[in-house]
Amino acid sequence: MKPFRVSVHIVPRKGLLDPQGKAVADALHTLGFASVAEVHVGRHLVIETQAGDAKAAEASVREMCGRLLANPVTEDFEIAGVVPA
Amino acid sequence: MKVGVVSFPGSNCDEDAVLAVAEHLQRPAVLLWHKDHDLQGADVVILPGGFSYGDYLRAGAIARFSPIMQEVVAHAKRGGPVIGICNGFQIACEAGLLPGALLRNANLQFRSMPVRLRVENTDTVFTRRARAGAQLTMPIAHGDGRYTADPETLARLEGEGRVVFRYVDAAGEVTDAANPNGAMHNIAGVTNATGTVVGLMPHPERAMEPLLGSADGLVLFQSLLQTM
Repeated sequence: MKPFRVSVHIVPRKGLLDPQGKAVADALHTLGFASVAEVHVGRHLVIETQAGDAKAAEASVREMCGRLLANPVTEDFEIAGVVPA
Repeated sequence: MKVGVVSFPGSNCDEDAVLAVAEHLQRPAVLLWHKDHDLQGADVVILPGGFSYGDYLRAGAIARFSPIMQEVVAHAKRGGPVIGICNGFQIACEAGLLPGALLRNANLQFRSMPVRLRVENTDTVFTRRARAGAQLTMPIAHGDGRYTADPETLARLEGEGRVVFRYVDAAGEVTDAANPNGAMHNIAGVTNATGTVVGLMPHPERAMEPLLGSADGLVLFQSLLQTM
């Protein structure tokens, strides 16, 4: 077993109303960033875990997302990185 | 009939719920500690309002894994009545006792105010004494109350009449202006397939006597007496 650091992005499911993202986009427009089309506000989690290899570390975090870290009704997740810790 | 009210770390309406049952229903009510595995013989379980586990990760996401929740889910599966109020509704959804999820209010505001509800379903153990179409006034106090479900689930809930309460205006109409949080179809409360588990964002336990501004919450508790 080796230590890995796995990063996950959890974002509101596409198509669902994202009032936080909209509020941030509006603020960016006010600041003059007219080219901003959309903003989505989610969570970024960094999980330090032990696994046989990087693939196993990712698989384990995917299971964590399915069971706790992301709400299957309203959120999507993507593994942003798996690096040796 | 004995009522158990679960105390999670961060629950803040648990004592109110106990008082509502003990004082206004004249039935025994006990607090159930979240770390216990014992419902203490309760026939009805209340998941109260508050901010269990500080709403970390998502409202209700961590409370769902409290030891007592295994007992609560087993009780619900046996057909035992469970009501989730506010944070309790969020917990019931996270635990899979009710479909859907409660998201950040569309207006991004924490809303603390009385709301008007229309009773849509009187075939649940918590609304049996209510009149269909009756309008009830109760307070809300939440930042994450926007009921959301995927289109298939929403269609199923509507098709099976499982929406229990909707936010309405003074004329009893479902309007955007009457919707305090952007909930889909103005949904304030839903039930499971058997009408034994109900979740709602408004607080019936805070509307038990005119002194509190409304006694309209009583009917939910009185409905229990009809079945139990």
